Amino acid sequence: MGRTARMRGYSVWSLLREGVGGHRGWRPAWRDAAPKAAYDAVIIGGGGHGLATAYYLAKEHGMTNVAVLEKGWLGGGNAARNTTIVRSNYLNDESAAIYDHAMRLWRGLGRELNFNIMMSHRGVLNLAHDDGEMRQLKRRVEANRLNGVDAEWLDAHEVKEFCPPIHIGRDVRYPVLGATLQRSGGVNRHDAVVWGYARAACALGVDIVQHCEVTGIDVRGGVVQGVRTTRGDIKTSKVASVVAGHTSVIADMVGLRLPIESHPLQALVSEPVKPIMPCVVMSNAVHAYCSQSDKGELVIGAGIDPHISYTQRGGFHIIEDEIAALLELFPIFSRMKLMRHWAGTVDVCPDASPIISKTPVKGFYVNGGWGTGGWKATPGSGHVFADLVANDEPNAIAEPYALTRFATGKLVAEHGAAAVAH
Amino acid sequence: MLLVPCPNCGERDQSEFHYGGEAHRTRPTAPETLSDDEWADYVFMRTNTKGVFAERWCHTAGCRKWFNALRDTGSDAFLAVYRMGEEPPRLGGEEKEEAPADEAFA
Ligand SMILES: Cc1cc2nc3c(=O)[nH]c(=O)nc-3n(C[C@H](O)[C@H](O)[C@H](O)COP(=O)(O)OP(=O)(O)OC[C@H]3O[C@@H](n4cnc5c(N)ncnc54)[C@H](O)[C@@H]3O)c2cc1C
Ligand SMILES: [Zn+2]
Repeated sequence: MGRTARMRGYSVWSLLREGVGGHRGWRPAWRDAAPKAAYDAVIIGGGGHGLATAYYLAKEHGMTNVAVLEKGWLGGGNAARNTTIVRSNYLNDESAAIYDHAMRLWRGLGRELNFNIMMSHRGVLNLAHDDGEMRQLKRRVEANRLNGVDAEWLDAHEVKEFCPPIHIGRDVRYPVLGATLQRSGGVNRHDAVVWGYARAACALGVDIVQHCEVTGIDVRGGVVQGVRTTRGDIKTSKVASVVAGHTSVIADMVGLRLPIESHPLQALVSEPVKPIMPCVVMSNAVHAYCSQSDKGELVIGAGIDPHISYTQRGGFHIIEDEIAALLELFPIFSRMKLMRHWAGTVDVCPDASPIISKTPVKGFYVNGGWGTGGWKATPGSGHVFADLVANDEPNAIAEPYALTRFATGKLVAEHGAAAVAH
Repeated sequence: MLLVPCPNCGERDQSEFHYGGEAHRTRPTAPETLSDDEWADYVFMRTNTKGVFAERWCHTAGCRKWFNALRDTGSDAFLAVYRMGEEPPRLGGEEKEEAPADEAFA
């Protein structure tokens, strides 16, 4: 078999054929490659963003002699731990550009990758609980529309119509006064996105190497020479770091300081129940968000733990606050049991916007700082980062996310403006 | 939830504390001479160490005093606490520099 294994398409017919044949003909979706001695580019991190970067490098820029190095297993980082809320209703023009670029790619992604990513555009509500927040969110609706992002304002009764289980009474500390609605927002299946990108990238010739931790980066005269890994040294002139919570650790290997802090972010799911939550609901003021998975579990999340940690573990008091907040919005859920709870390590930037950037080290590129809200950007992030890695220059969408913005002061300030940064 | 060792009150629940982030970041003494890059470094850049990390805590719901701590951000173990204004203590030989891989919990 050649390097570029022909991808066997999935279809109704393949399902039927395998169903009749006892499912003995399925082949692995991607090659679990061993690392070669040299590549044209090495991508560190096999999460959603890293695999998307590899796929677009191969597909759009013809760079197929590329490896994705993942220290654990594919998509075991934040990709596996996130609550998969997808939306693009950000305030600033720069943000609308990248998140809506991602939204446009999400729409056709299942078909493009020939993998059912279970993309469900079920609508995302961002609640307002006081007059100030209401004004601010209405302003955001207008800003979104000017940028071609679909956005509507709903009053409390329209919110109740769109999301029947919600409580809109005035008898709580933070009553629901209204909400923004992005109908194209929703959720998808995290594993499927990771596997879909991996399978498509592999079919184009990309090596996906698991259990291969990058432990050092060789730089000579300010130019990248290669990486050191737990599975040997690899020569390359382009290293693209896409490691989410570990972005500072990788940057430190080339002596680069970043404005990033790594925090635990927790999530939890309830026991499965029949369909009750028709959409995604997010609230900044009480700080909770919730959707229902196709298995029936309520998927619940909140804010970060305040301290820096790489443990993928958070405190119970955060969960307590989060559940208290959720129950103000949905008293109907008060007797549900919670099933599982976990945390990821998120890379938080001071302006709540990512870094997609060249660095003072030639051939070393950083994509990180997505913090608590990078899942929704996965296709867009990979797409513009591949462009940067291939051409050594950012395109118009990536350009505002250069590391130099912290010296020039041209921040993309989405804190607060974004209405819960997930 | 962390048990934070307050030097005045002993080990107390994390929810009693306010986290103050990275320790020993001192305000530039001659701000008018700083370049934009130096300002960016002071205002925005962070060490964000995986391993032994010097940080500040305030026991907001207790003695209300600020203090410094050394904590391993790879295991969350507190290794030492010391006063504001003091240099971090040198740790004994057996403390690990590098944190265990986080897959252990995954
Ligand atoms: C609980 C939780 C909920 C979230 N909810 C949402 C949400 O609803 N919507 C949203 O948009 N975003 C959300 N996010 C954020 C989102 O998950 C991340 O921004 C995004 O997944 C990060 O990109 P990634 O998928 O590439 O990261 P990851 O999956 O973390 O990929 C990075 C990979 O790099 C690997 N790596 C690290 N160091 C090395 C090394 N030295 N060598 C080799 N490999 C290395 C890691 O093992 C990891 O697999 C959430 C995050 C968490 C934790
Ligand atoms: Zn105290």
